Amino acid sequence: MAIAEQQTSSQATHASSDKSWHDIVLQTLKRNEISLIPYVPDRVLTPLIKNLHADPFFTTFATAREEEAVGIVSGAWMGGRRGAVLMQTSGFATLANTLASLAVPYQIPLIMFVSERGTLGEFNYGQSLVCRTMRPVLDSLALEHHTITRLDELEFIADRSIKQAVTTQAPVALILNPLLTGGKTFDK
Amino acid sequence: MNSKMNTRNTKVMNRFDVTSRLVAKLKHEEAVIGGIGNTNFDLWAAGHRPQNFYMLGSMGLAFPIALGVALAQPDRRVFALEGDGSLLMQLGALSTIAALKPKNLIMIVMDNGIYQITGAQPTPAAGIADIVAIAAGSGLTNSAWAADEEDFERLVDAAMSASEPSLIALRIDDKPGVGTTRRDPVQIRERFMHGLGVREPL
Repeated sequence: MAIAEQQTSSQATHASSDKSWHDIVLQTLKRNEISLIPYVPDRVLTPLIKNLHADPFFTTFATAREEEAVGIVSGAWMGGRRGAVLMQTSGFATLANTLASLAVPYQIPLIMFVSERGTLGEFNYGQSLVCRTMRPVLDSLALEHHTITRLDELEFIADRSIKQAVTTQAPVALILNPLLTGGKTFDK
Repeated sequence: MNSKMNTRNTKVMNRFDVTSRLVAKLKHEEAVIGGIGNTNFDLWAAGHRPQNFYMLGSMGLAFPIALGVALAQPDRRVFALEGDGSLLMQLGALSTIAALKPKNLIMIVMDNGIYQITGAQPTPAAGIADIVAIAAGSGLTNSAWAADEEDFERLVDAAMSASEPSLIALRIDDKPGVGTTRRDPVQIRERFMHGLGVREPL
């Protein structure tokens, strides 16, 4: 596989204020030739998942568990095809073993998009507790992670982080905060 | 044991022997993913190939990893070797594979009913659940028990040209693996990528 382009597209250097967060994520995936998208669904991710399914560039499908999705994109990477996993905070909480025994030691550029539940208006106590485990797990393995709160920073962070994951052969978690996505609230 | 289980009529085989029989049949740089523990130890012992990938953790992910390879390289046959205990950890993966229907994916389950490597404790499924019935019920209709070594080889031959994913289950004995994989994950991954033609060595 060719090494990812070293330059970030000029598109990534300025805001795309007319686009939604999920349009930007989809286009950033496509620009970086990430075509395999296994996911465990989340309410907030629904428009992204719907648009990925509708675009024939992507192979988008649900898995039963997040670990399974990590295994799939790891195998695909070794076979020369790029993927990314979509999940919710509670799904990330199931991944410590897989991160520590597959993605990190085998140097797999695992790209994770995590819809953040458990903060900024969470109504489910369990979700708020699960959320508190996420960053300590990422930090315990010294994994790159970014919490994206602003639409005007999304494309830059996502595009640069994907390129860094590929070139350094290291996982990255891109946490989609409610400030970016609107999150899920009790009255929805 | 449930009288409906057709495992009664299958011979108890040996993991290293059947793995060696499989490897001897690989003439087209087929990929092989070896699941955690004895499964990949015997793959290693059967003779290293550049297209072999050995798992050192992440119990239960041999089939998902193989699915990823199969989706990335649809023209290459991809084998996954998994133990029964490992498969029990990730039964949902069978439905995912059945939904995607990669015809180049061949799953082999080594079923001894025990966690051999941790002290031979029986699995919760031992003598209770039928792996081929689980696979078929998950949508993998091309699933079968191998009756003996010759039947296993026949099923592998059929899977080589099948038009849907194949699952072959074998009853095996309680012997440990005959070798030990060199635990160097970066080299394992890098050499596998060379073997699949994704990269050239430095």
